[in-house]
Amino acid sequence: MFGIVIAVIARDLRLALRRQADIVSALFFFVIVVSLFPLGIGPEPDLLRKLAPGVLWVAALLATMLSLPRLFADDHRDGTLEQLALAPHPLGLVVLGKVVAHWLVSGLPLALLAPVLGLQFDLSADALVVLTGSILLGTPALSGIGGIGAALTLGLRGGGVLLSLLVLPLYIPVLIFGAGAVDATVTGLGGQAHLSLLAALTCAALGFAPWAAAAALKIALE
Amino acid sequence: MNDRFNLYRFAAPAVFYPLAGRLVPWFAGLAAIFGLAGLALGMLVAPTDFQQGEGYRIIFIHVPASWMSMFIYLVMAFWAAIGLAFNTRLSGMMAQALAPTGALMAFLSLWTGALWGKPMWGAWWVWDARLTSELILLFLYIGYLALTAAIDDPRRADKAGGLLLLVGVVNVPIIYFSVKWWNTLHQGASVSLTRSPSMASVMLWGMLLMALCFWMYTIAVALLRVRTILLERERHTDWVKAELTGETR
Repeated sequence: MFGIVIAVIARDLRLALRRQADIVSALFFFVIVVSLFPLGIGPEPDLLRKLAPGVLWVAALLATMLSLPRLFADDHRDGTLEQLALAPHPLGLVVLGKVVAHWLVSGLPLALLAPVLGLQFDLSADALVVLTGSILLGTPALSGIGGIGAALTLGLRGGGVLLSLLVLPLYIPVLIFGAGAVDATVTGLGGQAHLSLLAALTCAALGFAPWAAAAALKIALE
Repeated sequence: MNDRFNLYRFAAPAVFYPLAGRLVPWFAGLAAIFGLAGLALGMLVAPTDFQQGEGYRIIFIHVPASWMSMFIYLVMAFWAAIGLAFNTRLSGMMAQALAPTGALMAFLSLWTGALWGKPMWGAWWVWDARLTSELILLFLYIGYLALTAAIDDPRRADKAGGLLLLVGVVNVPIIYFSVKWWNTLHQGASVSLTRSPSMASVMLWGMLLMALCFWMYTIAVALLRVRTILLERERHTDWVKAELTGETR
């Protein structure tokens, strides 16, 4: 049953690697947005350390949002999506594969890049570890929930802006626990509880969101 | 089948349209009566609060608006579930008809909250859990309105909007609790919205009457709106043509 998931992941990864500019531009968007904040609010290390978790996480949300409209759009345009919907496999599993592939090319690089940017904000080593961990744990949920939004706005005019209107309010819990984990580490409370909740959100999102997104795709393809 | 009164008959647009038309004046009238009674109780009879003075009286708008904003979202989600499960056309129209009023209530709740907060806490806005979740509820309404407005095909708009409502209603408790924990973890005990337990019963009655007024108003407005949506969507049918040209059938 999970053969289809693996197949979709492999296919989407291959497609993504042939268009590396998309991945790289989302990453640089992340870097630039994060670097703008010290320029806007001033270089005091204390202030930056306090703001770092929130700034990095908000930038990560926006960077994930950036690549979401393309999650289904290309397949929709050339008709692949309809063939996938006609396939004997449940559409939810296909969507799960696409969501995982999206995370591998958007969420994972963000997590790898985040500690470097965290250094600019003078975060301690502990906080950097938790920051990387929280982004690793939280971004799959972002890809999953974002998949619903991408499916709902498939083929609509103004899809990108609309997508952010739909999805950003639903991202709030992930933002709170993700940034909260780093914040709790910085203040010495320990980020364990936040990370557990973040993992719970990710499990729930990966379990349920692909099916909701599949239902939305069926509505869009009707 | 049988001749008994059949509720499902009203799911047919041609039957529901005149029924809604007959119901609107009743609900509007009830809203006016409850509203007048509630305002009279709230503004004239209810005593001045010994801590907050006269300013507390905005509660008679604020609390009912907050209640309705949450309740309307649930009702919309209910209609969305019915619409997706039974594929009924009217359900999606009901959800769409309710949405602007729900957004209005959420906005009203935030606005009156700000007006109330300034004299009482000295701030237009605090990042309290309830205020924040009300704001997010407003965002959810706006997302729904934007999505349904962006889709040209009304059937797809109904279904996509319905799905969004269901996703939203699953997320609302998650969002509420995360905001609550965020709030307690971030800033400790700031301004508490929990009121003193002893609320004069006159105030409570005034508030309940105002809540009933808002409820009836919502029904009246939603029925009016659903009638316009019905006319627009069913414009190719004979009954709408008969309705608009004033012919009797």
